[in-house]
Amino acid sequence: MIRLPNLPRLAFAVAVVFLFLQPRTLKAQTDEDAIMMIKNNFCVGGIYSYSSWDHYWEGKFKRNNPNLGTVKTQMTGLMGTYGISRKLNVLVNAPYVWTNATAGTLHGQHGIQDLTAWIKWMPIEQNIGNGVLSVYTLAGGSVPLTNYISDYLPLSIGLHSRTASGRLLVDYQLGKFFVTASGTYTWRSDITIDRNSYYTTSLHLTNNVDMPSLLSFNFRTGYRSDRWIIEAVLSNMTTQGGFDIRKNDMPFPSNKMDATMAGAHFKYNFTVVDGLSLTGGGNYTVAGRNVGQSKAFDIGVFYILDFSHKKKGSEKTK
Amino acid sequence: MQRIILFSLITLVATTACNKNISDRTANLPALQPANQDLNAGSWKLILLSRPDSFAVAAPAATTSPLYVADLNEIKAYQAHLSSDQASKIKYWSAGGVLRWNEIMRDLMAKYNLPPYQNLDGTYPAPNAANPFAYPLFPFSNPPYAARAYGYVSAAQYDALVACWSYKSKYKRPAPYLVDSAIKALAGKSVLPSYPSEGAVLAGVTAELMQLFFPDEIANIQQKLEEQELSLIASGAATRSDVTAGETLGRQIAEVFITRGRGDNAGKAGGTSTDWNGLVTTTQAKNQIPWLSLEAPLRPPMLPLFGKVKGFLCDSAMIVALRPGPPPSTSSDEMKQETLDAYNTIKNPSREQMRIVQFWADGVGTYTPAGHWNAIAAEDFITRNFSEVRWARNMALLNMAEMDAGISCWDIKYFYFNPRPTQMDPRIKTLTGIPNFPSYVSGHSMFSFAASTILGHIIPERADAYNAMAQEAANSRVYAGIHYVIDCTAGKTVAQNVGNLAIQRAKVDGAE
Repeated sequence: MIRLPNLPRLAFAVAVVFLFLQPRTLKAQTDEDAIMMIKNNFCVGGIYSYSSWDHYWEGKFKRNNPNLGTVKTQMTGLMGTYGISRKLNVLVNAPYVWTNATAGTLHGQHGIQDLTAWIKWMPIEQNIGNGVLSVYTLAGGSVPLTNYISDYLPLSIGLHSRTASGRLLVDYQLGKFFVTASGTYTWRSDITIDRNSYYTTSLHLTNNVDMPSLLSFNFRTGYRSDRWIIEAVLSNMTTQGGFDIRKNDMPFPSNKMDATMAGAHFKYNFTVVDGLSLTGGGNYTVAGRNVGQSKAFDIGVFYILDFSHKKKGSEKTK
Repeated sequence: MQRIILFSLITLVATTACNKNISDRTANLPALQPANQDLNAGSWKLILLSRPDSFAVAAPAATTSPLYVADLNEIKAYQAHLSSDQASKIKYWSAGGVLRWNEIMRDLMAKYNLPPYQNLDGTYPAPNAANPFAYPLFPFSNPPYAARAYGYVSAAQYDALVACWSYKSKYKRPAPYLVDSAIKALAGKSVLPSYPSEGAVLAGVTAELMQLFFPDEIANIQQKLEEQELSLIASGAATRSDVTAGETLGRQIAEVFITRGRGDNAGKAGGTSTDWNGLVTTTQAKNQIPWLSLEAPLRPPMLPLFGKVKGFLCDSAMIVALRPGPPPSTSSDEMKQETLDAYNTIKNPSREQMRIVQFWADGVGTYTPAGHWNAIAAEDFITRNFSEVRWARNMALLNMAEMDAGISCWDIKYFYFNPRPTQMDPRIKTLTGIPNFPSYVSGHSMFSFAASTILGHIIPERADAYNAMAQEAANSRVYAGIHYVIDCTAGKTVAQNVGNLAIQRAKVDGAE
């Protein structure tokens, strides 16, 4: 069993990986928010996230498993965002992930996971009513950085698929309040596993596994000022295809993995050190299918390096 | 930055380009065209049948009779309106009936290889052959169950094809395309007489055995049978009367194996709580630490009386004679060292060790170790162009060895009732699910070396390769943290002895 699909959403500010049975969510000014770095600013940071679950859904059947106890996934990641212009940003990140189960005999895993990159473009920004509407399009992709094992759920550190994603994101800010909504489609490449046969809903005599695509939505709203961002986040992911884990079977990378998560997040820009910020948050999987009901939190520290000799900053936070 | 943009584009393109269609290794095989049809196979040594004509097959109608002409017209009608779906089914089945039924059996083993989920009170329900559709579905096709099922199906297929070959030689009815040149040979041509149809014999014998092994699947397998029989007819390989006679013969022979199967002690292999407790007290009386389930809730041991099942190659006295000496005492320094070695092996596994563990794991939801060796054998047999009857004979030798290796292994496991490394040292984590039965000797070692021994006899030029594969399979269990080295070395020796029994049979069965 492993974690949910590698949603390539880790990006600049914060991320929470959630493995199989645990959606990985990343939140904050990232590839999922309406915040852009200004030209020639480079924001670099590190995050840590922790997620755990002791219940999971086997298909639609929710259960615990005393042979796993609590499955824990921890992640540290390096992230960077660069402003090519205030309308065009590039984001990259790469995490190190480690997993373990508190009961049973299964050996935990650890290693460097996938490199993810996004290009974020803001084609539209205009006043509507008393507020500002902005539209973003994002294209992203991820590749595994190491030969980690994917067919070892729920303790593998990732699914080892290459991915390509397209996202449309819309934001409306009225005074200090905002709403942001986005939808993402992610294609995933076949993966090669160590076995040369496997059973889904029939026996496959091959080591190649077709990975279903993912459709995900993210909705966030809250307060956004120069100093603070405080937001509530609701997200949903559905696998376009895949199959259910059968009763008492092991999970498999091409399972249908669906999850709905609710959480909250903040970002604080320090006044003492210009360009330094702290992020944090948490989320809870309120519904799912073939995933763990994870509780997750994350914390991150970021610093903006200015290569433009102007005031440091990111749009919308001022 | 340009590099990053470029990187993203490359990723996008690479991802799209790599979403090719995934197909099975045996999806696009050519029709089986045996170099030698083994026309004398009707005299090969049978397994359960006393004579190849134990079940009478009536003489076929003459090829000049109106009945036969009607048979030919049926073929012509199919061939005149052949759909692409029918054409692809003809292609699928023409690769060989023993191969395809073996693949179907492997699919069923994987489908049913799921341990039952616990009851609310922490006990476990047992699959019930009398009520197979209720949860937990019958069967739980775990490794010993699967080895026995492969053994019966392969042995029955072999006896049925020997009988089939004897009637083919007796009646010598030519294939339809040889009688009527208007009939196309869509699955290839053969000198083999077509009555009774060997494909239909295989379909009949296998479908009939489902009542014993996979009662939930009778209807699905009946569909496969009809698909194969229609393919045989539509391809011009056999007439309706060839097929009907073949299916009937196959089903009759299956009954002999079903009767044996109902009385071979497998139905009692699960034991009772008295048996389970007895294993503990017997082991304690020998001053040994008894095996304990490492599952939660505690699961009763897997088929503790499977060692009492009647083998095809070994009788019960031979099973006892095959037992190796005991493992080191659970209180000995030697066992402490074995446990420490197990811990050191699993502490920081390499990626290559993990690959080996996963490749050979064959655990829950798979076709089991015996199925893995069926896959290895089948993919090599494909390249040899064996006749169907030789395919069946070689699979029977393999699977009788696998079944008896399973019986012997389970006998040894429950005779010594030895703990797994993790029971001796809970720091030993495992890279695959920990099996719910005693450690000594390793099942993977036994299934693998029994298989490699007989396969090395069947294809001598591959003997070294099979041996190396078996050794890797055995090592995989040590890398996984679920066996001591001693479990594998002891298992290897016993398994080679079982494999040699299959070789002894092979040397005198008339096929060599």
